[in-house]
Amino acid sequence: MLGFLKQPVVVTAEINVNLVALTVMGLVNRLWALSYPRAVVFDEVYYGQFVSLYMKRIFFVDDSGPPFGHMLLAFGGYLGGFDGNFLWNRIGAEYNMNVPIWSLRLLPALTGALCVPLAYQILVELHFSHCAAFGAALLILFENSLITQSRLMLLESVLIFFILLAILSYLKFYNLQKCSPFTAGWWFWLLLTGVACSCAVGVKYMGLFTYMLLLAIAGVHSWHLIGDQTLSNVSVLCHLLARGLALVVVPVAMYLFFFYVHLTLLYRSGPHDQIMTSAFQASLEGGLARITHGQPLEVAYGSQITLRNVLGKPMPCWLHSHKSTYPIRYENGRGSSHQQQVTCYPFKDVNNWWIVKDPGMQQLVVSNPPRPVRHGHIVQLVHGITTRYLNTHDVAAPLSPHSQEISCYIDYNISMPAQNLWRVEIVNRELDTDVWKTILSEVRFVHVNTSAVLKLSGASLPEWGYRQLEIIGEKLSKGYHQSMLWNVEEHRYGKSQEQKEREVELHSPTQADISKNLSFMARFTELQWKILTLKNEDTEHKYSSSPLDWITMDTNIAYWFHPISGAQIHLIGNVLTWASANVATLVYVCLFLWYLLRRRRKICDIPEDAWRLWVSAGGFCVGGWAVNYLPFFMMEKTLFLYHYLPALTFQILLIPVVLQHLTDHLCRSQLPKNAFSALMVAWFSSIYLVYRTFSPLTYGEPTLSAAELRALRWKDSWDILIRKH
Amino acid sequence: MPCEATRLRFPPCPTARTPFPLVPCAGGPGRRHLPRVGARMTLAAGCCQAESGPRCGGLRQRRPRRPAGEPSRPSPLPRAWAPLEAPVGVWVPLAFVTLLSFASRFYRLSEPPHVCWDETHFGKMGSYYINRTFFFDVHPPLGKVNSSHQMLIGLAGYLSGYNGTFPFQKPGDRYEHHNYIGMRGFCAFLGSCLVPFAYLTVLEMSKSLYAALLAASILIFDTGCITLSQYILLDPILMFFLMGAVLSMVKCNSCADRPFSASWWFWLSLTGINLAGAIGVKFVGLFVVLLVGLNTVYDLWELLGDLSLSLVTLGKHLLARVFCLILLPLALYTAQFAVHFAVLNKSGPGDGFFSSAFQSRLIGNNLHNVSVPEQNDREAKGNCKSSDMPLPSSADLAYGSVITMKNLRMAGGYLHSHWHLYPEGVGARQQQVTAYLHKDLNNLWVIKKHDSNTADHLDPSYSVEFVRHGDVIRLEHKETSRNLHSHQHEAPMTRKHFQVTGYGINGTGDANDFWRIEVVGRKAGKRIKVLRSQIRLTHLATGCILGSSGKTLPKWGWEQVEVTCTPYVKETPNALWNVEDHINPKLPNISLDVLKPSFPEVLLESHMVMIRGNSGLKPKENEVTSKPWHWPINYQGLRFSGVNETDYRVYLLGNPVVWWLNLVTIGLYLLMATCAIVAMKRGVQLTAEFKELSEVLLHSGGKIMLGWLLHYLPFFMMGRVLYFHHYFPAMLFSSMLTGITWDTLLKFCAGRLSCSMGRRVYTYGTLALMLLIVYSFYLFHPLSYGMVGPMASDPNSPMAGLRWLESWEF
Repeated sequence: MLGFLKQPVVVTAEINVNLVALTVMGLVNRLWALSYPRAVVFDEVYYGQFVSLYMKRIFFVDDSGPPFGHMLLAFGGYLGGFDGNFLWNRIGAEYNMNVPIWSLRLLPALTGALCVPLAYQILVELHFSHCAAFGAALLILFENSLITQSRLMLLESVLIFFILLAILSYLKFYNLQKCSPFTAGWWFWLLLTGVACSCAVGVKYMGLFTYMLLLAIAGVHSWHLIGDQTLSNVSVLCHLLARGLALVVVPVAMYLFFFYVHLTLLYRSGPHDQIMTSAFQASLEGGLARITHGQPLEVAYGSQITLRNVLGKPMPCWLHSHKSTYPIRYENGRGSSHQQQVTCYPFKDVNNWWIVKDPGMQQLVVSNPPRPVRHGHIVQLVHGITTRYLNTHDVAAPLSPHSQEISCYIDYNISMPAQNLWRVEIVNRELDTDVWKTILSEVRFVHVNTSAVLKLSGASLPEWGYRQLEIIGEKLSKGYHQSMLWNVEEHRYGKSQEQKEREVELHSPTQADISKNLSFMARFTELQWKILTLKNEDTEHKYSSSPLDWITMDTNIAYWFHPISGAQIHLIGNVLTWASANVATLVYVCLFLWYLLRRRRKICDIPEDAWRLWVSAGGFCVGGWAVNYLPFFMMEKTLFLYHYLPALTFQILLIPVVLQHLTDHLCRSQLPKNAFSALMVAWFSSIYLVYRTFSPLTYGEPTLSAAELRALRWKDSWDILIRKH
Repeated sequence: MPCEATRLRFPPCPTARTPFPLVPCAGGPGRRHLPRVGARMTLAAGCCQAESGPRCGGLRQRRPRRPAGEPSRPSPLPRAWAPLEAPVGVWVPLAFVTLLSFASRFYRLSEPPHVCWDETHFGKMGSYYINRTFFFDVHPPLGKVNSSHQMLIGLAGYLSGYNGTFPFQKPGDRYEHHNYIGMRGFCAFLGSCLVPFAYLTVLEMSKSLYAALLAASILIFDTGCITLSQYILLDPILMFFLMGAVLSMVKCNSCADRPFSASWWFWLSLTGINLAGAIGVKFVGLFVVLLVGLNTVYDLWELLGDLSLSLVTLGKHLLARVFCLILLPLALYTAQFAVHFAVLNKSGPGDGFFSSAFQSRLIGNNLHNVSVPEQNDREAKGNCKSSDMPLPSSADLAYGSVITMKNLRMAGGYLHSHWHLYPEGVGARQQQVTAYLHKDLNNLWVIKKHDSNTADHLDPSYSVEFVRHGDVIRLEHKETSRNLHSHQHEAPMTRKHFQVTGYGINGTGDANDFWRIEVVGRKAGKRIKVLRSQIRLTHLATGCILGSSGKTLPKWGWEQVEVTCTPYVKETPNALWNVEDHINPKLPNISLDVLKPSFPEVLLESHMVMIRGNSGLKPKENEVTSKPWHWPINYQGLRFSGVNETDYRVYLLGNPVVWWLNLVTIGLYLLMATCAIVAMKRGVQLTAEFKELSEVLLHSGGKIMLGWLLHYLPFFMMGRVLYFHHYFPAMLFSSMLTGITWDTLLKFCAGRLSCSMGRRVYTYGTLALMLLIVYSFYLFHPLSYGMVGPMASDPNSPMAGLRWLESWEF
């Protein structure tokens, strides 16, 4: 108490000047002239839309990844006071004054800059020399592709930052493990590992690869822990539980939290509503909720309903019919019943209305009190406008000859009786009640005579069917496919007995009163599922490339091009760094195999400590490269050069590792060591030179002449835009 | 009392290093087990005998003695039994399970007497073999198939007197008088062999008779395995080779202590032979290759760590494996193809998928076996005679000819167009140009000068004019009279390329219809050879090159292959074409001999075509397909025959009891293996017999588990259409695992109890499992052997009570 009176308060600050210098250099290098160009560059056009939607709180679905990355970008916009009013429609469009482009690009640039000191720290924690660590940081610093990617409103640099952070904190944690487990620092780094992992996954699903790698490494380390017989069973269990908590439970919770924030922020209906189920849409403000707000919950005999297909592929649509009939003969010569067409129509329309009728009664209105329809009841479905009955019979469907045709029955007075009874099967009925509910119930309609099931085939009809979607009766219904399920979307209790009145009633908007609140988990599950399964029809991009092109950088991406001056930004890496990284990987793998085989024969070329270092460095660097690169060979989506950047970062970290190993263990005498150092200096200078050479393409300025551009085209396959005059 | 714990040490395992040093490999399982099966039999037959013996107290203390096991043989009585008991103990059950297996597979083999399910494909191919017609098909089971199975089916049909005339049109066709039993019997025979194979494998791995019997009985009484073996399908053949490979691999591992002995060589090469068979049947066979490969790598790694072996010995080991497991299968596999191509020498429905050169091998194809006209030879040799003067023949490309252009890519199609337009939003809304693999009238194009109109060439008064290298031409589609056209719109799939369309009316288009025709490696002015010249078409206006990207167009393009104009000038076969048909009434009709492709080229090409066909089998939208996660839980079967109540119905569905047992066992195995491995890692002191048990569990069980994973997990990553029967190879592994795991579990439980109790638990436990399996088979046997009468969904059906899952449709 009051000890400071007796002894002076001494603050000893230990500043690693290396680290500070690197951070400053990184910041300068990434943040310099950040708001240039004041135009939409490449994928900013894509992420920008989402930032705008965040600003306006409008719900969207993005199949490219989880929402955390978008949220970070939007946070930048929020800080800069962006109001979301910008039309993100084409690359190269000039930004208005209301777009705070500097703050939008700030976050990626900051994370990109911080990767430089992170690289330094990682190598230090891997027990390599400060010299090697400094080299690694410099290589990251002068890597053109990383600079380009971090100076724009893109997510790769954020992803790389979190990946490196996860690796670093795991290494710190692991190094603390030996001396001081369960201390504050130990917990901090362990938890930070989990948090960084979940952030990486939250930014892009690519982060999963590194997360898996870390889990695997942690698994191996835990396995050694189990084998450590100096620890008691209880402490081993504690260790395992702590790891499980930090590396599994925390990331999952964080991931859910991202979605929670996402769904809380975005509460207004928007352009992607149609993808979601009716229940989800109803939970958003505006949109469907405005229509369904106050509908009766239970479908009763006499209800007027619209039926939406649950699958929503190839597009969301509603059961529909109209006056036109099936053509007597199709193009291929097969015949039809020539009855009224039944289709699935992707727009709201008065012809989407159907009336649920009790087969035993004539009336088309809801009795008082309403008699609800239950699971297993037999109903007829009457088309509201034409008052014809939904029917199916043993006639082949127009495009799917193995299934039955669905029609609205017209009595032609021929020997084809009406078969219009349908059994209602509620698939997701609850245990206690089996009433057919608006929006919530998913229903199968099973035809009573033929046990065919009403199904959306996914094909679209030719001209005569107005390109609407085909509806069929599936005879051999295998299991429950979503294309056979329907839910009621709009619903009202019919009141008009007369056809004329009813038409008026059908045209009028629905009203009454119910409200639905989906739980967070239900909304999360649905959104997550949609994100994972939503397939963009987008087939191939002009600058897409295959993973094989990436190692040698046979491809580049033109990000931006000034229409007048011809200034341009490209995603092009530092050729020398890429080549060196490849060589380093190759050398590492060869040496590793050589050592491994020799050690198995009990010949030790390097001391045990050096071997352990060598293996752990390889596990992180080569492992990180492999897990971030190889899976792309199995992916079918459109791939770009920037997908390779996380892998490249790991590969770059490997270069100093290999170099130091070579100097330490293979250059035994002084002379080669000196020669080696000289070589290193020359090599680093050339890396810097290459960086300078390509920096006009990285920063977009200064503008180069056509001849200069041509001189920069070091590879024939590079697509550098040269203006023809 | 320590004695109970050790009593149940069923197979005494001498050391960890060389697990069974007493085993003479050559003698098969009978001899191998002489000393110890005798002991086990003793135990199984009369535990009390052992109990009363003087050894009761001392087994655990004797552990260090075990490596030298021989001197302390059991008392004279068991030893005297051994030679008698052992062969009986192993061979009698083997004979018994084999008999049961054959009986269950051959029972009602001829029913139903019509084509069932995929028989329509494989039977058809058998017929093709007998008729020696070349075929290729992209339909699911055919795209992936290789040659040997069809040869085998064809051979079986041939030997049994089937004459190859039955059309195998569609499922449900009656066979009438055609002899199909031979082919079915052949498949059933191979399917029956699976059971003894599994029995021997498990016996070899676990050294436990009960485990082997359990695994065998699971396979005998599984309705799915029975159904799958009874028809003309590939699966029994595949599984036969697969299990053969696994069995010989296991046998070979057991011989590890006597490397380079005759039996070692025998089993090693047998493994290789079986591998060749397995990949020869279906590409799924690759998974078992992977399993054997991993096992071999593990073996070699162990050997490498054995410092008593010299590097020369290691080299020998390595070479032996390279020879037997890589070179031998490769040679056999290639040989299968040699036979395949030798047998199939007639033109057939699959021609269009292959290059012109390939087709020239086939009798009946218009490219087959034609002689070389002299003048062309001379010109080709490039002697001093002026190239302006050769005799006219259709060997040279002439203006006004009707031609087909074939892409030089592997499985590249013919340049094709049809009346349909590109849909809205895909480039310009003009007529589609695609590459099409089948021969078709829409593949015909007329080659014209760029600046002359249609009439000139057809007018007989004009003399024939030949197309020369470097000429600017126009290609007019014969059916629709539109010109081959390109412009600066994005191509539909490959966005970096330009779109290619059909444009113009009756041959009148614009300057974007002009193409420069060039031959690779030729100087200007020379004529262009039909078939032999590799042609490049350069678009005059944009400078791009006509090529086929190999990507399949979506539905609007009828799933044909995309044709684009690539602005990147690269010498790839994608951008090269040859003229295949060349019809010109004014030229004498002489065909050309193409350089016959060498065998490796043919081999490579046919593989490319197969891989392409296989990956093209994508499920259609909104189609209900079988998912891999359905399979182990037996979620849904496959309808083999019959739909309605009156039909004779066969439904491919695994015996649910067996399958669910298998499923539970996988979990159980993981649990047990984790416990064992953690206990060992934590250094828990285990008794000797538990160590042995966990040895079996981890090593043998681990290998089987790996096999299961390798045969199951890859399906999750496949984009193609999948079927329930794809799981059966994995199911074989799963069944073997069940045998081993339950046996280990029961032994473990027994080891905890007193001697007599333990024995009883062990015996009754195994017996109960087997009875359960037999009884469930009794319940479900109509699935395989045919059902007539109401469907199971009808409450009156005898099967109604058995429809345990709603997704079953029998």
